[in-house]
Amino acid sequence: MLLAPDLPGPLLKLLALFFWALAIATATAFIVHPIWLPENISLNGVDVDQQLNLTLCIAGAAFVIAHMLLGLFLWRFGGKQAGRALYWHESHRMETAWTVVTAVIFVGLGLQGSRVWAREYLTDPPANAMTIEVTGQQFAWNFRYPGPDGKFGRTRPDKVDDSEGNYIGLDDGDPAGTDDITTQNVIAIPVNRPIQLIIRSRDVLHSFFVPVLRFKQDAVPGMGIPVHFTATKTGEYEVACAELCGMQHYKMRARFLVMTDTDFNAWLKSRSQ
Amino acid sequence: MSSHASTSHSTGHAAPQGFIRKYVFSTDHKVIGIQYIFLGLFSAILGTALSMMMRLRLAWPGSQFPLLEHIFPTGFPGGVMSPEFYLAVLTIHGTIMVFFLLTTVPLSGFGNYILPIQIGARDMAFPVLNMLSYWTTVVALMVLMASMFVEGGAPISGWTAYPPLSALGKIAGPGLGAGQTLWIASIAIFCLASLLTALNFITTTLNMRAAGMSLMRMPLTVWAWFTASTVALLAFPVLLGGGILLLLDRLAGTSFFLASGMVVSGKVMTNSGGSPILWQHLFWFFGHPEVYIIILPGMGITSHIISTFSRKPIFAYKAMVAAIFAIGFIGFIVWGHHMFASGMSPLVGMVFSVLTLTVGVPSAIKVFNWLATLWGGHIRCTASMLYALGFVSFFVTGGVTGLLLAQPAIDVYFHDTYFVVAHFHIIMGLAAVFSIFAALHFWFPKMFGRYMSETLGKVHFWITITGVYSIFIPMHFLGMAGAPRRYAQFTEFAYLSKLQPLTIHISWAAFVVGAAQLILLFNIFRSMRWGKRAPDNAWEATTLEWVIPSPPPHDNFGDMEPVVYRGPYEFSVPGAKADFILQTEQEVEGGE
Ligand code: HEM
Ligand SMILES: [Cu+2]
Ligand SMILES: [Cu+2]
Repeated sequence: MLLAPDLPGPLLKLLALFFWALAIATATAFIVHPIWLPENISLNGVDVDQQLNLTLCIAGAAFVIAHMLLGLFLWRFGGKQAGRALYWHESHRMETAWTVVTAVIFVGLGLQGSRVWAREYLTDPPANAMTIEVTGQQFAWNFRYPGPDGKFGRTRPDKVDDSEGNYIGLDDGDPAGTDDITTQNVIAIPVNRPIQLIIRSRDVLHSFFVPVLRFKQDAVPGMGIPVHFTATKTGEYEVACAELCGMQHYKMRARFLVMTDTDFNAWLKSRSQ
Repeated sequence: MSSHASTSHSTGHAAPQGFIRKYVFSTDHKVIGIQYIFLGLFSAILGTALSMMMRLRLAWPGSQFPLLEHIFPTGFPGGVMSPEFYLAVLTIHGTIMVFFLLTTVPLSGFGNYILPIQIGARDMAFPVLNMLSYWTTVVALMVLMASMFVEGGAPISGWTAYPPLSALGKIAGPGLGAGQTLWIASIAIFCLASLLTALNFITTTLNMRAAGMSLMRMPLTVWAWFTASTVALLAFPVLLGGGILLLLDRLAGTSFFLASGMVVSGKVMTNSGGSPILWQHLFWFFGHPEVYIIILPGMGITSHIISTFSRKPIFAYKAMVAAIFAIGFIGFIVWGHHMFASGMSPLVGMVFSVLTLTVGVPSAIKVFNWLATLWGGHIRCTASMLYALGFVSFFVTGGVTGLLLAQPAIDVYFHDTYFVVAHFHIIMGLAAVFSIFAALHFWFPKMFGRYMSETLGKVHFWITITGVYSIFIPMHFLGMAGAPRRYAQFTEFAYLSKLQPLTIHISWAAFVVGAAQLILLFNIFRSMRWGKRAPDNAWEATTLEWVIPSPPPHDNFGDMEPVVYRGPYEFSVPGAKADFILQTEQEVEGGE
């Protein structure tokens, strides 16, 4: 009866085995995870990692269960069988059940994730936060500390002069700017102190990405985007650019130093000369 | 069933004479469908070759490839691929794959060929417009190809072309001059073509159905093509508009996407008042629906094929239609999930997050229904079925990572890392490509009257599915480790250099997959001439394309006026004489 070329049985069982192996191997890889996120050094990152692990478990369970079932059905219904296939094409009970269950899990996850997000992004930085300005340019990161007066001086595009080291266009006519401290491709912060960054760009889009802090923020010309965090561990880390900004995007790197208060003050002082 | 000698008929729809009218500037939806498929095949070959070049550089960044230097003297100075050439290759790869393969083949290619036949029409509603759409698409592709060869180099701003990089012109670096302008022009032309196609598909589906083909008797493929076209009709104009604004910024000195106070390459720019983020809103307002334009036809094809080869009605037909609609609709209000790190208000991000997770629900429902369709089936192991099952697997694997990306708190870590690259290659790239493979093996006998080789198909399936999973499951770990995408190499960062062994593994797996595609190519061209002859109803299936000869005559149905008496998936109906009942069959002894 069957006109079509057909190789039943064995190949479908093989596919069942493939899906099972895929599920097991992938799950194992994620559980053993020889490669993982770099360590987290941010206060908020703890919540992020927790939400990430929870979501990974749910996503992993969905992935494994779906592939187990897929394999099971292929194994069971893939061989030669007598008679006809089951003429079964709806079940309102089952359809309602899985729709409701998925909706509850997905939306629940969304609300839970939103709480983590809100704690981090819908709050103001603590009053004692230290503010640092970040300005991306092709292909370097510039940082600015307000200096003893606590105020950033004015900047003007026409003051930008790379050969003079004035990458962000500090305006020497503004007294508030005379004590500003600028650095390129290295930022230092004190440990355990809330930090607020104001992220800017002077040319194209860049993205300020510090994997150990668990966030990135695009740098957009015309905008100063605030983010805040608290680093909890001293050490040297890396800032990467995560938004395509031209041919040297792949080497737009800055050093990210988290220091004790004393070290930090000494560092800042050495930079202000 | 009746005989359908198509020597004479009275519809006034005479077949054109002459090679040019018949095969080049044809208005026959079947010829146009095949033209789109071959355009896609060409794009796929080019896009794959480009991806192999990217894998070369990523795995062995400093190495010399003298052979490639011969072909691309400027791209490989001294035999080493330059970073800007890497970005150009990446840009053309992404653009060609997303637009000229994944958007054209499942929708415009198979949709053109099959949709009119499946609803019992003799052609599209607007055959001439259909021809124009195709040739407009060809022009778009040619303009894109031209962008690679102009002075200043091929465009390097990726398939998303974010300004200011894409808007500033050559002052912002190599690859941003005329090449970028042509890139935008190509996409704008492509938008036009897609709009016209969408209009044609919608009108055809609404107006040209045969007697008895009520909406709820349409195959799920038709629902999917119809919905994808509706989405395309609403989404492409936005990209077209955005593209025109971007062109104006480049050519006419406007500042839609350019803020004031920029200093580029030491020069103070005079622009003011624009917003780079505006482009992202416009692009993703199109871009997210676009991914559904790509995947909806694949969902329809998968449903169709799984039902056919399980010899079972599709489970929950109505829920499947509803899910297609829900996905199409909700797909329009989630675009902000691409912009959690863009500087968009965090509160808005929260709303987009919850909406995005909502769109996961109808997606999950589709998976449940595919599984339930398999349950109790008499599953036939055809190559086409294997690919369709592969689609289901990819849709699950790629979909679950969406749960992570949809939450901004997590996504600001994963955004623009290889985790996203893995997510979308699996769910969009692989799933859609497997739906193309499935559709090709399934409808090839209808198109050419011959089967493709099942053996070659299966060999190709096994190598490809094993290979692509060896590429993309490990790729998630690159993202986990925080590897940014669009990097020409990973050697400049301490935390990335550790990942080089994994990168090399991925490259090798990619070369295997790339080579395996030669099997598919060979199978296609061999089977066109020497494949096993196929009967009209090649798979004992139920829908209208199986009622007519293979290949079908110019006006599809010849003397026959198709009349539809039943739903599209009447398999294994108890009491019926065969385990399938054609939609045109009126009487069934002992049945219903
Ligand atoms: C099932 C539910 C899905 C969810 C929750 C989801 C979620 C997301 C999110 C949040 C992103 C943004 C990630 C980022 O850039 O940081 C994303 C990216 C992407 N998704 Fe999905 N997605 C889903 C399904 C799909 C489907 C079905 C497709 C295509 C067929 C798709 C294609 C893409 C593409 C192409 C991108 C990346 C575009 C780019 O940046 O170049 N996704 N997805
Ligand atoms: Cu960059
Ligand atoms: Cu999206």
